[in-house]
Order: sequence, then C-alpha cells, then structure tokens
Amino acid sequence: MSAPGCVIVGGGQAAVQTALSLRQAGFRDPIAILCGEPAAPYQRPPLSKAYLAGEIDAERLAFRPRELYEKLGVDVREGAIAAAVDRAERRVALEDGTSLPYDALVLATGARPRPLGIAGEESERVHRLRTLADAKALRGRLRLGGRLVIVGGGYIGLEVAAVASKRGVRATIVEALPRLMSRVTGSEVAAFLTDVHRANGVEILTGAQASGLVREPDGGGVQLALADGRRVVADDVIVAVGVVPNVELAAACGLACEDGIVVDEHGRTSDPAIFAAGDCTSHPSALLGRRLRLESVHNAIEQGKAVARAVVGDLSEPYVQAPWFWSDQYDLKLQTVGLWSRADRTVVHGDPEARSFSVLYLDDDGVVAVDAVNAPREFLLARKLFAEHASGAIPLDAWFHALGDASPAAAVNTPAD
Amino acid sequence: MPTIIYIDHAGQRREIDVESGKTIMEGAVENGVPGIDADCGGVCSCATCHVYVESGAEQLPEQSALEREMLEFAVEVRETSRLSCRLAVDERHEGLVVRTPASQF
Repeated sequence: MSAPGCVIVGGGQAAVQTALSLRQAGFRDPIAILCGEPAAPYQRPPLSKAYLAGEIDAERLAFRPRELYEKLGVDVREGAIAAAVDRAERRVALEDGTSLPYDALVLATGARPRPLGIAGEESERVHRLRTLADAKALRGRLRLGGRLVIVGGGYIGLEVAAVASKRGVRATIVEALPRLMSRVTGSEVAAFLTDVHRANGVEILTGAQASGLVREPDGGGVQLALADGRRVVADDVIVAVGVVPNVELAAACGLACEDGIVVDEHGRTSDPAIFAAGDCTSHPSALLGRRLRLESVHNAIEQGKAVARAVVGDLSEPYVQAPWFWSDQYDLKLQTVGLWSRADRTVVHGDPEARSFSVLYLDDDGVVAVDAVNAPREFLLARKLFAEHASGAIPLDAWFHALGDASPAAAVNTPAD
Repeated sequence: MPTIIYIDHAGQRREIDVESGKTIMEGAVENGVPGIDADCGGVCSCATCHVYVESGAEQLPEQSALEREMLEFAVEVRETSRLSCRLAVDERHEGLVVRTPASQF
C-alpha cells in the first residue's frame, strides 16, 4: 500500500501550485486536491476582467488540462469539501462522510467575500465576485442600459465598473471611505482612477455608507439606502468590500489563527504535518516587520512553492519576496510592487495626463513600493531591484540610475496619505 | 496544430503539438514544460513567460510596445527574448524552437 501522501484542501492558485511544485521537487506519494467548488481548479483574476467582459469563456480559465493532472498523478476531486481535520489520526473528514489519511496536509482554503452586514443582502439581485458561479451570474446581468451599484471601491469594484461601463451598463460605485482604493494604493493613483472612471460615465460616491437593501415591490430593481438618507436604485448590486480568510477548518482543529492561518516563511503551521498557503494565511513580512495577509496570485504561487519545498524537507529558500499585484481597467494596466503603507512621501514620475506614469512610495530608507500605470518598464525594474535589496527599500538614486531617466531632483515630493 | 519544440535550461527537448490559436505559453503550461511560470495567466502583466526563440522567429508577430518595455528589465534578456504569452501559433510555426530560461526571476 502506498503512503497516505499529501492532501490539499482548496482548489485555487495556491493549491495547484503546491501540487505541481511537489511533483517538480520529486515528491512521489499520492496528492489529492479537494476543490470544494464543483469545478476543476481555475484562475480567478479574469473573473472580474476578461471573463466578466465576455471576452473569454470558462474553458480558458482552467489552470491545467485534466490530462496533465492525471499524468502527474494528482487526484483532482471536484466538489470535495473538507469538513474536519483529525490531527492525532492525520485524517481529513469530508462532507460526504468519507475520510482521507495524510502525511502532509496543505490548507489552501482561500477567502470568501466579506458581507456588508446590512439587511436585504441575501437576494438574487445582490452579487458577490469570488467564484466562477458568482462571475457567471453577474455576467448574465450586465446588459446594455442596465443599472449596477457596486459597493466597494477597491480592485474588484473598479474592475467590475470598467467592464460594466464597456458593456453599456450605468454603474455607480458606493465607497464608505473618503476616497477609492484606500487599502491598496496612495491618493495619486486613486485620484487618477477616479477621473478615468468618471470620464467613462461611472458615478462615484465616496464617504457613502450603505445601510440597507430593499427590493422594489414590483419585482424590479433594488434600492440601496445610504446612511445619509440618500437612495441609489439599480437592477443589480454587487458587494465588493474585501474578503474574510477561510480559517474555520484550521481553527476547529486547534491551529493558531490570527486574521489568517498563522504560518512561518515556509508555510508551516503550528502542527508540523500541516501547512497553509495563499489568501487564507497570515505570514511574517520582513518588509513590514509584522504579520501580513495578502490576497494575490503572486502570494499564492510563492507560498505554494515554499510549502512544497517544506513538505519535502527543503528549508533553504524562505518566502520573503516583495509582493506584486496587477489590475486591468479600460486601456490601463496597473502594476504594483511592494507595500506602500510603510511610506510617508511619494514621487510621481511620468505624466498622468498621458496615461503613463509611476508613483514611487518612499520612507527614510528609499523606495518601498512602486505603482506603475501603463509603465511596464518601471514595474519590471521594481521587481528586479526589490529582489536585489533585501531591506525592501531601493535607494532613490539607484532607482533613477537604473531607469536611465532624469534625476529625482526634478521630481516633486508630496506627503503620502 | 503546429509542433513547437521546447528546450529547457538543462537541455531537455520536448516536442509539443500546440493547438492553432493558442500561445507558446499555453502550450508549455498545459503540457507541464518547466521554466515558464506564467504567473498572470497570459495577460502580459508579469514577464514570467520569458523565452528565447532559437529558430522560426521571423514568422512570429512583431513585439508590441508593451512587450518590448516588459522585456527591458526582465532577467537575462537577449536578442532572441520574447514573452511567450504574446506568441499565438498556427501552421506557419511548425518546428519553431524555443529555449526556456533557468529562472524567470
């Protein structure tokens, strides 16, 4: 009988990467992926971009063809949901009543959309965007002349607004904070994107707190009530106010959780046989000097690789890379490297009017993050230089020297907010 | 369905039939060819599908400004560097040879 092998809970980017990296590392025991969702593992980023826009179909979202998983001996179980972990017995119980033994368990359980916590949220006209099923439902509702209210002005909200506007849907973004993208970028990029969306006909309400959702009596649209008494009427509403990490399975079996499953830089949890990767984890960030939970493809891939190495006993390469993110909206490609929250000032380089510029975020040590808007050179340079500067800060002169552009003396420093 | 030849950094050669209309990146990813990470899934956002086109380059689409700029600071760029997510293939690309780098970053 073969060894129990590795069981991976979750079917997203981190799950697939862990399985592929395990095989590349020479792991020969069985690998099972418990997908949770009734679909083979698929890419999520296009759900709010090309898939939502109807430019690609669901078949193009699959990470790998079924035959490749078979060839690699990876047992992909669609719809298999893990219900409980027995750490003493090293078994995972499934919702269908069966159970699986493991030598190594990898929790790649992801995250789920954060609810608004207001009345009326459970309605077929109130959407979320996390799964293929969510995206399919929303895509079917984006019709010419329709009205969509987007609650939340972050990456997902803005990407949905861009697609909706392209498809002739009148979109309104309702953001509780004073500006868009408060959590993920500084005020310069947020102001630029606000202008771009408004120019494309998207209405943006900031400082607007959603307080209730009421279905119109005639079976028509939905009314979103705001705390200041205003009402916004739409055919559909999407709630995109961030995510909650799926830690329940880990917490129920006694693993340390703290806004995410607590892991080290190798993806190891407090149980030596259990690892975790991706959106569900809280990992130590050398850049910030504290724990961090990231929701990104890059984080899922690199933690997946780190976990695979750790499972086969290789701790030579901890996961300490500067994070990066991207977003596509209209003709804009936004690429971010590093974590801007550390910064206290910025340098804007290039011309926002020309729709191509970068924002450098600085602290006393140098550049700690870069936002590149239609500026792929700056994005790649940032990735390269962050890899070379372990402190997570690139000296400003080194940046401009490498870029071969004018010295920073010409640039303007402004306070970051 | 042209046959594309992938040679990895260790010299191992794989001949893969890539469906017309798909990219050299997709051909690699779907068949488990090592050396192409394709983190962003093929939307020209990450430069982790960098390859060297050893032969057959003349039949490929020209570089867009985006691809050219992405490649400028990629790792170990050469004359033959391309981002394979930009390289959709068809019958004209029969026998095209690409070499994958040791590491994308």
